[in-house]
Amino acid sequence: MTIALYCILYAGVLVFLAGCIVRAISYASKPIHLRWEIYPVPHGRSGELKIMVPEILFLKGLWEFNRPMWWVSYPFHLGLYLIAAAVVLLGGASLAPGVLYPVLHDASVVCGTAGPALGLLGASGLMVRRLSAPELKPYNAPGDFFNLALFIGTTSLILAGVWFRPVGSPGPGAILQGAARFDVNLQPSPLLAAGFMLGCALLAYIPMTHMAHFIAKYFTYHAIRWDERGPLADGSIQRKMAEYLTYRPTWAAPHVGADGKRNWAEVATTNPTQAGAK
Amino acid sequence: MKNAELRDMSRPDREPLTHIGNEDLMPLPAPLDDPAADRAWKTLSEQARANYECGLDDTCALNLPRPKTPEEETELVRKFVSGLEKLFSRANNWTFLQPLVLSMEHCAKCQTCADSCHIFEASGGNELYRPTFRSEIVRRLYFKCVKHGGLLSAWQHGDIELNWPLVARLAELAYRCNLCRRCAQTCPIGADNGLVAHELRKLFSMEMGIAPKEIHDNGSMLQLKVGSSTGMNAAAVKDNISFIDEDISEKTGIHVETPWDVEGADVLLIHNAGEIMAWPENPGAFALILKAAGISWTMSSELAAYDSINYGLWYDDAQFARVALLHAQAAKKLKVKRIVLGECGHAHKALAVIADRLLPRELNIPRQSSLPLLRDIVMSGKIDLDPSRNAFPVTLHDPCNEVRLMGVVEPQREIMRAICPQFREMQPHGTENYCCGGGSGFAIMSGHNFQDWRFHVSGRKKLQQILNAFADCMDRSIPKYLCAPCSNCKGQFRDMLNYYDLWEKNRILYGGLVELIVNAMRAVKPGFIDWEWH
Repeated sequence: MTIALYCILYAGVLVFLAGCIVRAISYASKPIHLRWEIYPVPHGRSGELKIMVPEILFLKGLWEFNRPMWWVSYPFHLGLYLIAAAVVLLGGASLAPGVLYPVLHDASVVCGTAGPALGLLGASGLMVRRLSAPELKPYNAPGDFFNLALFIGTTSLILAGVWFRPVGSPGPGAILQGAARFDVNLQPSPLLAAGFMLGCALLAYIPMTHMAHFIAKYFTYHAIRWDERGPLADGSIQRKMAEYLTYRPTWAAPHVGADGKRNWAEVATTNPTQAGAK
Repeated sequence: MKNAELRDMSRPDREPLTHIGNEDLMPLPAPLDDPAADRAWKTLSEQARANYECGLDDTCALNLPRPKTPEEETELVRKFVSGLEKLFSRANNWTFLQPLVLSMEHCAKCQTCADSCHIFEASGGNELYRPTFRSEIVRRLYFKCVKHGGLLSAWQHGDIELNWPLVARLAELAYRCNLCRRCAQTCPIGADNGLVAHELRKLFSMEMGIAPKEIHDNGSMLQLKVGSSTGMNAAAVKDNISFIDEDISEKTGIHVETPWDVEGADVLLIHNAGEIMAWPENPGAFALILKAAGISWTMSSELAAYDSINYGLWYDDAQFARVALLHAQAAKKLKVKRIVLGECGHAHKALAVIADRLLPRELNIPRQSSLPLLRDIVMSGKIDLDPSRNAFPVTLHDPCNEVRLMGVVEPQREIMRAICPQFREMQPHGTENYCCGGGSGFAIMSGHNFQDWRFHVSGRKKLQQILNAFADCMDRSIPKYLCAPCSNCKGQFRDMLNYYDLWEKNRILYGGLVELIVNAMRAVKPGFIDWEWH
């Protein structure tokens, strides 16, 4: 079981990373759109950070514009952040000199406990809202409930696995450290192992859903809302535009005059009201 | 029935999915606080219902003919799907592909956007006008018809039945959004429901040839044919401007003569030609201010270059690009240093922002709003101003396209604070403003009873803001000025204030910004603003 657990853990992480990379590349390789910013537009790295840091850490937008949702969404997201922090702290503890080990390890334990608890609380709250809020109900799809159920199931299993763990059996930190060393002698409790396996499945599933909005958000904010670069300031935009104007559209309405042979530059310079226009 | 559901959009009957009564609407402050006394809506005629697809709500924007046979319906659905696929193809829609795909794939359906939408709020929370209602249908169609997700995708994202009634209702629904993008401003993810409506309009126009007559046939096509959607050719517009110059000279006591086709001028000024027809004092005031400030400027008589409108911005990339190129080519021909856009919001965004990346280097001539130029003139002291001439309550409307979508927020306020001692802001304002309700072409759309919809629903939030801004001075004895530096917004205000009789009963007048500047000029005969309805 231990080997299977490690394999699933590695597979989950790899699929997650690969899925995120594929999704990010897919968005990044889309053509540069026409300017479509929304003001106020922050300027410079520090200007963007002033908005992004509170947005990422505290979900500031939701706090401002949808407070009832924030009360359930924030614990959920904070729980995920803490779980991620716990993993990072654990890794740090493994590498840190002896004097820092207990600090990092204890911080990892705190985050690793609070994270799933807050995640469970938030996911349950989101589920209740999805089931009860009249403004949400008409737009729910079965997949929305499945996604939340996955989070509820994973965090419940991990918390129960830790809570009911037999004395002497490894905890989450020990399992992760065991996975890093591929220590096949480790014997996790079945409940905790099930929680980890479900968590890995969830991790692999996230990039295939709208839940990968942590990737999307970079583009919607940085590359759309705040992108007021003009072509003269950035030569690469002008080169790209020149390429796009050679694309051959196939829009069928007669006034467009696109037949799949004429390119955008030709379409744009044709006056459909004048004789000879296609 | 008030709350339509997504699946109702596919209902085969042609009955409207909703009906809005005045009692459903968001309450207004005094003097319009009695729903029973609110104006009744004109109902759609039987003839309209018989001939056109009117199965969405109480009105009809498109005059979409009813297909006569099931085969015709099938063919139209096929065209729609073809257009939907093109909307997500690089060759056809590189212009907005990235933001569109992101909006399709990442809406969390949290409904944060709904509270920011003036149409949804004004309708009393009618589900049909929720920003995500339209987007959710497009999203489900995207996963179904473009991504070919099958059953698993339908389970994950939700399903929708695709048929002609759905397509017909969706076409109408694309014209129940002002494209103000206030919803996108508040979306925590950055999904853009305004963009979805915009792209839907493009699909219908560019693939199926479906667009409101006022915007396409009488709008962008007429502009490309004769030079202006007003129907004025170059000779007519020159004649009209000449009359305006005479009138302004007589009225102000300062001789004004608009320069035409001056090579090498510093500024090529492009007005919305609607100003020339409907509010001639606006281009007249511009001419006077630019002359007084000693600016080297000109107008152009080239095709389309004397009318800054670019309706393609709202519904059609090809039409948009054609008009933008004509504007830029005229500037290049005259070798002007910059293009300055008169008081027209969508023209600002079209030429200064959206066209920016489209224009090749040789045509990418600096383009700017007239508002900073006017601010510089006012603050420079080049013209002598007497703010006491504007000693009446004034509030300022922020056109979405100039403010939220272009970032021009302060220049107009600096002017107001300098020359209007009783200036008061609407709440909220600036980049958080509300649309006038006439945005994205609605101000020029008046078919059937569409006006009733845009005054009762899309314009209602702005009407509430205006009444609140003037709440302390609603008495008829106090003339009040609603400043709207945008032709489209002024059109909406003219019609909406008139509809509710707010000039006759409460003396709320609307007008542009330059009129206030000229009204305050000491060198001008007093009384440039004549407090007459027009």
